[in-house]
Amino acid sequence: MSMNKLDVVVTDVVTVNSLIKRFHFARADGQPLPAFSGGAHVVVEMQDGDTLRRTPYSLMSSPLDTSDYQISIRRDDEGRGGSLFMHKHVEAGMTMRLGYPANLFSLDKRSPKQLMFAGGIGITPFLAQSQQLIATNGDFELHYSARNAELAAYGPELTQSIGHRLHMYYDDQEQRIDFDGLLSSQPAGTHLYVCGPAPMIEHVLKRSVALGWPASHVHYEHFSKAPPGEMFTVELQASNKTVEVGKNQSLLEAIEAAGVDAPYLCRGGACGQCETDVVECDGTLLHEDHWLEDDERASSKKIMPCVSRFKGQRLVLDR
Amino acid sequence: MNQPDDSAILSRPRYGVLTPVEANYHLFVADDSGGDAIVAFAQSVSDNFFDNAEIIYVVSDPAKHSKTLEALEALNCPRLYTGPSLEAALPRMGASLDRMRMGTQVYLSGSESLLGLATMTAMEAGLDYQALQTEHKGSLARRVQCVHCKGITSDVTTQPAECSHCGLLLLVRDHYSRRYAAFQGVNINAEDPTDVPEKEETFL
Repeated sequence: MSMNKLDVVVTDVVTVNSLIKRFHFARADGQPLPAFSGGAHVVVEMQDGDTLRRTPYSLMSSPLDTSDYQISIRRDDEGRGGSLFMHKHVEAGMTMRLGYPANLFSLDKRSPKQLMFAGGIGITPFLAQSQQLIATNGDFELHYSARNAELAAYGPELTQSIGHRLHMYYDDQEQRIDFDGLLSSQPAGTHLYVCGPAPMIEHVLKRSVALGWPASHVHYEHFSKAPPGEMFTVELQASNKTVEVGKNQSLLEAIEAAGVDAPYLCRGGACGQCETDVVECDGTLLHEDHWLEDDERASSKKIMPCVSRFKGQRLVLDR
Repeated sequence: MNQPDDSAILSRPRYGVLTPVEANYHLFVADDSGGDAIVAFAQSVSDNFFDNAEIIYVVSDPAKHSKTLEALEALNCPRLYTGPSLEAALPRMGASLDRMRMGTQVYLSGSESLLGLATMTAMEAGLDYQALQTEHKGSLARRVQCVHCKGITSDVTTQPAECSHCGLLLLVRDHYSRRYAAFQGVNINAEDPTDVPEKEETFL
């Protein structure tokens, strides 16, 4: 899908700790960057050799600042290589391309209070949201858990900017967020936001249901990473092409590399844009998304090619 | 008859049957035969369910509903309020909601006026529609807002009906405002005020 892109310059790369680097971008033409709201992400394009990767990252900079976009990337040595590419090859002065910001994790501004749970690098959308809430005088509290103080990348900075609204928890000191206690003591109308490792999100979602929270007040963001996997072949019926999907390539990337224009937005299995009909499936779809319903998954009639893969004899997609 | 499910108007509220859900706290508000919906609901929950609940029961004629009252008292809910008027009960409901925390489930049962007004009270307190259940019992009498003078007339049972504020004869529509908890009434004989259709008791 041809979407508007932003040509940007990397203005700075900051080593935050042993795992995390922060990247700063400004527009190549010197104009202001598009405004965004807290919780938005951008899709970063990376030309990694022959492979064009596109990976979503939450914008962590203040939504009030259109001169500087910031993202933080945790190095993942087991992943397909996007975070390693950013860590190893991206330097200040390079030009890159970003998608326009899109927000799948926005604040409900009708709410009298926002309750936020962050785990690890899941802190990034909350950095932007907390700046927005400070500016609009919104009521919120942020509970941020990390493995240890060194890896709690933005703890000190947040203590400065949001003060008593921040509550820190370190795994190595046996400190845990009291989810049940917090979920049971919020004033009516509170909205809940959670971003972090999948088990944390699942636990919070489960407890929120058990404690009577309506689903419309519970928001979470988890970009699945397209996992590496075995090579497989896919037939694209509408474009009459047969494509090989490499080990470190996502199905969507393989479709794009074959010159087929496929829709996408988040590239993390969350937004639903890339949903594709399966025409024939002799094998197993390896679903990795948060979008499809259980019955859709079981039907083998739909796949989210941004994160999901296939294992078997023959896969034909309506694309 | 004008039963909820017959309407093609999307804003016309639809009601269900009160069903237990997981929640931190349970608040019931009912009037007259709506109390029976709570009694029926109680059949399907554990004995100590009402330890964590509050019941506000508006009963216009205690003698007529004495059996319902007895059954509600037998639930041993530590917070059971009974009173004669919805006007007095709604501020009580609002005060209870202000004290309550997220995770409260609200169950409403009774007349359309109670369902509408108590829903409005719950929304003003910041509750979500997903945290609220309704079951219709008893009167279909409507609160009607005259779209011309904006006055609200309570307990409207006829079609058409007179606006108690400006006196226009109104066609009572299924078009409903959640914000006012009222159905919309539109002048039925604007072109010829001498054409007065016969009133029917439609909303009993």
